[in-house]
Amino acid sequence: MTRIQLGPFNRVEGDLEVSLDVEAGQIAAARVNSPLFRGFEQVLVGRLAEDALAIVPRICGICSVAQSAAAASALAELAGVTPPPNGVLARQLIQATENLADHLTHFYLFFMPDFARPAYAGRPWYDELAARFTATRGTAGGPMLQARARFFNLIGFLAGRWPHTLALQPGGSTKALSAAERIRVLALLREFRAFVEGTLLGDSLEAFAAVDSWGQMQAWAAGRPGDFPLFLRAATDLGLERLGRATDRFLSYGAYGLFPAGLWRPEQGLATLDAGRITEDTRHAWLADGQPLPPAAGETVVNAEKADAYTWCKAPRYAGQVVETGALARQLVAGQALASDLVARHGGSVTARVSARMIELATVLPAMEQWVRAIVPGEPFCLPAPLPESGEGIGLVEAARGSLGHWLSIRRGRIERYQIIAPTTWNFSPRDRDATPGPLEQALIGLPAGDGAPPTVQHVVRSFDPCMVCTVH
Amino acid sequence: MLKVLWLQSGGCGGCTQSLLCAEPRPLFDELRDAGIDFLWHPALSVESGDEALGILEACADGRQAFDVLCIEGAMLRGPNGSGKFHLMAGDGRPLTDWVARLAARARWVFAIGSCTAYGGLSATTPGNPLEACGLQYDGDTPGGLLGAAFRSAGGLPVVNIAGCPTHPGWIVDTLEKLALDGLSAADLDEVGRPLLYADQLVHHGCARNEYYEFKASAEKHSDLGCLMENLGCKGTQAHADCNLRPWNGNGSCLKGGFACIACTEPGFESPGHAFQETPKLAGIPIGLPTDMPKAWFVALAALSKSATPKRVRDNAVADHPVVRPAVRKQGK
Repeated sequence: MTRIQLGPFNRVEGDLEVSLDVEAGQIAAARVNSPLFRGFEQVLVGRLAEDALAIVPRICGICSVAQSAAAASALAELAGVTPPPNGVLARQLIQATENLADHLTHFYLFFMPDFARPAYAGRPWYDELAARFTATRGTAGGPMLQARARFFNLIGFLAGRWPHTLALQPGGSTKALSAAERIRVLALLREFRAFVEGTLLGDSLEAFAAVDSWGQMQAWAAGRPGDFPLFLRAATDLGLERLGRATDRFLSYGAYGLFPAGLWRPEQGLATLDAGRITEDTRHAWLADGQPLPPAAGETVVNAEKADAYTWCKAPRYAGQVVETGALARQLVAGQALASDLVARHGGSVTARVSARMIELATVLPAMEQWVRAIVPGEPFCLPAPLPESGEGIGLVEAARGSLGHWLSIRRGRIERYQIIAPTTWNFSPRDRDATPGPLEQALIGLPAGDGAPPTVQHVVRSFDPCMVCTVH
Repeated sequence: MLKVLWLQSGGCGGCTQSLLCAEPRPLFDELRDAGIDFLWHPALSVESGDEALGILEACADGRQAFDVLCIEGAMLRGPNGSGKFHLMAGDGRPLTDWVARLAARARWVFAIGSCTAYGGLSATTPGNPLEACGLQYDGDTPGGLLGAAFRSAGGLPVVNIAGCPTHPGWIVDTLEKLALDGLSAADLDEVGRPLLYADQLVHHGCARNEYYEFKASAEKHSDLGCLMENLGCKGTQAHADCNLRPWNGNGSCLKGGFACIACTEPGFESPGHAFQETPKLAGIPIGLPTDMPKAWFVALAALSKSATPKRVRDNAVADHPVVRPAVRKQGK
C-alpha cells in the first residue's frame, strides 16, 4: 500500500488536501484534510448580536450572502419578526443570484478545466473541450466571466455589492428597489438567461427543465451545441454517471420557498427534517474531544497536538449518519424527475451532481423573473426588528453547495455561542468516533489513483463544489 | 509579461471572487492584453498537487522568475508560533514560511484585502489565539509577518490593496499601473494603499449627499436619508472611491442602503461600537469627518438642519421618495 498526499488541491474555494491509501492502483481509503483553521466561531463570541451581520459574510467569499441570510434568519427568529413580502422577494433574489452564479463559477472555472488535461488527448471530445476549457485561456472563459459579472449586477441593484453586503437584515432588506430599478433587474435576468440558453445549455431553460431521465438527457445532448451537452458527451465516455457515489443519503434545508426541506434516503424516500437530530463529532479534528454535541450546545476548542486527528473540520451527522448536501440533495428532496432518475440508476455521482446544478439554473431563473415581477415598488422592504436581551435562534438556509446552519445564543445583547455547520463540513467531514468516513472519503473508494491513473479523483472531488473556507470557519 | 503568483491564506477568498467580477472586459482578457499573466493562482490554474508545489518551489528557490506576489488572507502564525493553523496542503510547511520565502524573491508584494494588509477579522478574537497579522502591519502598526523594514526587490514595502473585499478595479488598475510605468513610494498612502483609489473618501460621489448636506438622516434600515448620524456610516472617514467607481455595475454599500463600515481602514473589524449604529456624545456623532474642525461641523449641521427642505426631510425617513423635486413652470 502506498499513501499519496494530494495538495494543494486547487480550483476549490479555499485549502484542501486529500490523502489516499492506494493498493494495486485503486483507492483503499481516503482522508480529507482541511489544513486551514479560521476561528470565526471564537471571533463572534462576545460581540454585539447585530454585529454578526457584518462579521459572518466574511466567513466566505463565495457564499457570503448565504452566510448573511443564515445570520439574518437566526436573528429574525430571536426578534420574532417576519420580513414584509418585498423583503422576502429581495432576499430570495439576492440568494438565488449568488447560488446560480456559484454554479456557473464551479462549472466553468473549477470543474471543467480538468477535462482539458493532456491525459485525455485523443478522446473524441478532447480537442473541442480543451479549446473551450483550458484554464484561464480557453474560449469559454471570457464570455462566462462577462455573463457572471453582469449577472452580479443584480446584487449591485439589490444589495449594493458582492461579496460582503449588509443588505440582508432580520427585518428584510435595506435596499428598496425603485420602479426604474425593477425594470433594469428584469433586463439583467433576460441577459443571463440568454447566456445560459445560448452558451451553456444550447436550449431553452424550459426545454431542459422538462428532460426527465438519463436516457432522455443523452438523446437531448446528442449533437447539441452548448457547454453542458459537451460535458455530457465527455462524462458519458468516461462513465462519470457511475463514479463518485457517497452515502446516498441527502439533506436539504429547503430554498426560496421553491424547494422543500427534507431528508432523502434510497429505501425510505423522503422524510421530514428534524434539525434537532444534527450533531457534530470532533474525534478526528484538531479540536477538544467529547461526546458528539448538537450545534446549539457545540464547542470549538483547539487541540492542535491531538493524536489521530487529521483536519480542522468537524464531522456533522444526522441521526448519527453520514449525509450529503448540495444541489443534487435539494433536487432529490424536491422530487425533481431527472435528479431522481440519475440517483436511482447509479446513486450520487459526478454526472448527477453537475446535472443538478444545471437543473437549478433552468428552474430557478424563471422563478427569479416571477419574483421581480411580484415586487411592488413603494411597499416596504424592511421592518424594525429589535432584538431581545437574551435568547436563542437558528438560521437554516441553502448555499449553492448545500445546507448551511447557524445556531446562536445571546445573553445581555452579546453573543454567547455561535456555531456554524457549512455545506462542505457535511460533504468533506472526516471520520467520526465510529470510524465512519465522511461523504467524499466514501466517494473516493475504489477509484484509480497513483502513477498513470486518469484524473478521475479530480472530477469526483470537485463534483461536490467544495468550499473549504466555510468548512473551517 | 508581468508574471503574477497568487497564494491564499487566512481569509475568505472573497477578494478573488470579487476580482472575477471585473468589468467591463472579462478579467482574463483585460489582464492578458495589458501584459499581465497568472503564473499560478489557486482558484484558476490547472496545476494541482505536486505540479503546483513544483511551481511554488521553483519560485521560492529562484529558478522561476516572477514579478508580483499576491497574497490573499491574514498570516496565521499560531498556535505558539508554529504556523500550524495553516499548513500548505500536500507539503506540510506553514504558509507563513512559504510567504516569507516567496516575498524574498518577488519584485513586488501585494497584500490583497484588509486581512492580508492589516490582519482583519482573524486577528480580532480576544487575545488573538490565531496569532494573525498582516503581511507588514499588525492593525495600523508596522510590523506583521515581514517586518516594518521589508522592501521587495523592486524597492517597495508591501502594497496594501485594502478592502473587505477589494474592488476588482483596485487590483486590476494597480497591476496595470505597475505594468505601464512601475510603482513608487509616491503612489502609496501612509498605510501602504495605492493612491489611485485611496486618495478619495467613500463619501465622494455618494448618492445620499443631498441628505448629508442638510443633515437629513435615516432613522431605520431602508430609509433614504444620510446614514452618518444614526446608522454607523463612516463614508466621510474611509479612504476609497466606492461611490465614484461603482461596485457590480451600479452598486455601493450606500446605494445598497447600509453603512460604510470603513473596510479599507486598519482595524475596521473592531470599531468599538455596533457596526450599524453611530456612537454619539451629547447627541453628536463621535466620528466626524477627519479634516473638519468639530465646532464648524456642529455649527454647519445646526444651520443646514434648520434649512432642510420638506422634500429632503420627508424622503430621508422613507424607503422611496414621497415628495418629488418641484417642477417649475417656464419663465418662473
